[in-house]
Amino acid sequence: MKKIVLSFALLGLLVGCGNNENKKTTQNSSSEKPKTEQKEEITYDKVDGVAVDMDNKGVGPVDSVEFADEIDQDLAEKGNEVYDVNCLACHKTDKKFIGPAPKGIFERRSPEWVMNMILNPERMVKEDPIAKQLLKEYNGSPMANQGLTEDEARAILEYFRTL
Amino acid sequence: MKRIFRLFGLALATSAIISCTPGGANGNSSSSSKKSAAEKAYVAPGEYDEYYGFLSGGFSGQVYAYGFPSARLLKILPVFSQDPQSGYGYSEETKPMLETSYGFIPWDDLHHPDISQTNGELDGRWVFANANNTPRIARISLTDFETQEIIEIPNSAGNHNSAFVTENTEYVVAGTRFGVPIPQKDMPIKDYKGNFQASTSFISVDQETGAMDLAFQIRLPGFNYDLAHPGRDKSHGWMFFTTYNTEEAHTLLEVNSAERDKDFITAINWKKAEEYIKEGKGKIEKAKYAHNVFDSQTHTATSTMKDEVLVLDPAELPGIVYFIPSAKSPHGVDVDPTGEYIVSNGKLSANVVVHSFSKIKEAIDNENFVDEVYGIPILDFDETLAGIVEQPGIGPLHTEFDERGNAYTTFFISSEIVKWDVKTQEILDRHDVYYSPGHLSIPGGNSRKPDGKYLLSMNKITKDRYLPVGPEMNQPGQLFDISGDKMEMILDFPMIGEPHYASMIHADKIKDKSRKIYRLSSENDHERVVKSSKDVRIERDGKNVHVYMGMIRSHFNPDNIEGIKMGDKVHFHITNMEQDFDIPHGFAVMGANNSELLIVPGQTKTLVWEPQDVGIYPFYCTDFCSALHQEMQGYIRVSPEDSDIELSWSLDDDVHTN
Repeated sequence: MKKIVLSFALLGLLVGCGNNENKKTTQNSSSEKPKTEQKEEITYDKVDGVAVDMDNKGVGPVDSVEFADEIDQDLAEKGNEVYDVNCLACHKTDKKFIGPAPKGIFERRSPEWVMNMILNPERMVKEDPIAKQLLKEYNGSPMANQGLTEDEARAILEYFRTL
Repeated sequence: MKRIFRLFGLALATSAIISCTPGGANGNSSSSSKKSAAEKAYVAPGEYDEYYGFLSGGFSGQVYAYGFPSARLLKILPVFSQDPQSGYGYSEETKPMLETSYGFIPWDDLHHPDISQTNGELDGRWVFANANNTPRIARISLTDFETQEIIEIPNSAGNHNSAFVTENTEYVVAGTRFGVPIPQKDMPIKDYKGNFQASTSFISVDQETGAMDLAFQIRLPGFNYDLAHPGRDKSHGWMFFTTYNTEEAHTLLEVNSAERDKDFITAINWKKAEEYIKEGKGKIEKAKYAHNVFDSQTHTATSTMKDEVLVLDPAELPGIVYFIPSAKSPHGVDVDPTGEYIVSNGKLSANVVVHSFSKIKEAIDNENFVDEVYGIPILDFDETLAGIVEQPGIGPLHTEFDERGNAYTTFFISSEIVKWDVKTQEILDRHDVYYSPGHLSIPGGNSRKPDGKYLLSMNKITKDRYLPVGPEMNQPGQLFDISGDKMEMILDFPMIGEPHYASMIHADKIKDKSRKIYRLSSENDHERVVKSSKDVRIERDGKNVHVYMGMIRSHFNPDNIEGIKMGDKVHFHITNMEQDFDIPHGFAVMGANNSELLIVPGQTKTLVWEPQDVGIYPFYCTDFCSALHQEMQGYIRVSPEDSDIELSWSLDDDVHTN
């Protein structure tokens, strides 16, 4: 048991050493104390049954994503290709499968959260409150880290906008 | 706060351990030297070893990658033997790797792994290794840690004095132990003398791709050739082989090959051979040998049968081969980092003989020959001598070097390692090993730049060293710290198979270029890859059924298959669609007569299964991949041959037919 406590302490330290931006993001997303006091304001998504929090940007390298008004079709097409190779095995576009469907994702998650989930899934399922709930909701099936670049993940987001 | 105390406590305890260590390299009492030995071989959990060591498996047919100084086994690299763990030699993609002119061979005896060199320094690109029984040379990539190429050696029998690389990896050199009729023919064994012959083979290596080609062979008298080493630095361009049974005995060699007082070092001037080839000399002869190449882009091996080889006859082409009389029945011939000293380990001699390259060169230039045999000049023993290590021990086998001018020699019969000064041949230190060492290895110890921190002694006999495990014991490896004046044994561990030789290299030369995954988008051109779930399908081609299957944590797609019939041959072409480091999945199907498949991220492998009876057969992932690993499974239905069940496949509620 001692060992467990110690390793948690170490983990705490390691996490504490992460870059400031991540820290801030974590603080943002976990500054839910006032929210828990106003429980009635939490909405739950109809698709995955997990809390909707559009302010939560997740934990990871991405802290800001800008969507242009018009969808960039070339980028979306590239995103579709990357998605088919790396994601489709677990995520059907329009229905729950191994993981949630991306259709309508930006109505329940911020784009930053989605990118961080793609790029940094191991830490997300450990630290992000929504990712933690999702892991539970999907029987503990882990989100695979497919080693994508930020550009590839961004392209996938553009593809998601077309769904 | 408590946490902080704990951490500090831990730190204090650690520093206490470090600061309380008595002794050190020169500690005298046995208890203090034990403590210091443990510390020297200790690599803390989560830390890396400083060196890789590639040990041959001997009769296991494989190479073993270890970390040193901890001697932790990092990986088994399948080379000449089938490996049911990875599916090497069982999967359709790798079966061609074990093809030879004698057909498919599932086993061999792997002896001498040697790492590629640039300017005489180990460069960590490839390891080459020899198959002793059915002569072959393999190339293992140190990026993928997979066997990428195997070339068979024709006109050879007992490919023992192999696979040694020249100092810019121009060639991998392979010799032959047994004299045989060349070309092979039916004849009385007693007519060996004068009729049997031997070959040395020079296999060129493409510096970009590593691709091997049998550039030429030199035909030699039918003596037995034992070990070899390339010249380096000043002797670069030469190759030295130990030669025994110059008596040409064909029976009871134990007695009959030891009649003469001296045997030979065979010196081959391969640059001279290259000149002759440029002049169009040499003969193209018919020869049948397999050349097997594994393409890391298609993840598939192909085997091609070659049919000719260029042969040089040294009796007709003077200046290529010379015989240097040397210590009786020598085993290893080892060249020091300067290239000047050529050490001959006469295993039936009490002395270690050191030849001088400058003197050899001078004798050759002056044509100072005492005799000739089969048209090849014999030099004068005394004229080539640099010195003799007098009575260092009994049964010297192999010598390697450090960067401080020292040589280290194993003595098989007297079970010890002796350290001596290369220039003065003065004995400096000796240490017992347990028992009967064959070869030893020092990182870079056979190159221009040794890194003489550790020495690994690979011993042949175990006896009482470890807990008994029946009549057959694994052979002992004993690691020494050789950084001080005195050699200090710091570790004793059982090895696998019979390591005849090892090549050790600093981890920095390999670890950062070790592959993590194959990118599905750009690094998998397998003809039956599943790049996306959209590629999942089953195709029937007569009795052959091809299943294009994907796998990712934690399911197979498809995981239910129906419409297989008795008499079908089911080809599972399985792609691991993970793109994350170290997430392999396995595949096994009940009743398969071959092996499992272990498939790394982005790779495709194929297992063929021929169902033996109707029924429902489960398949599952054999490598614990996630918390849902135990759920990663499926079923395949086998129906009678005349059944009209349609071929169909599904995952969840997605059912497909053709």
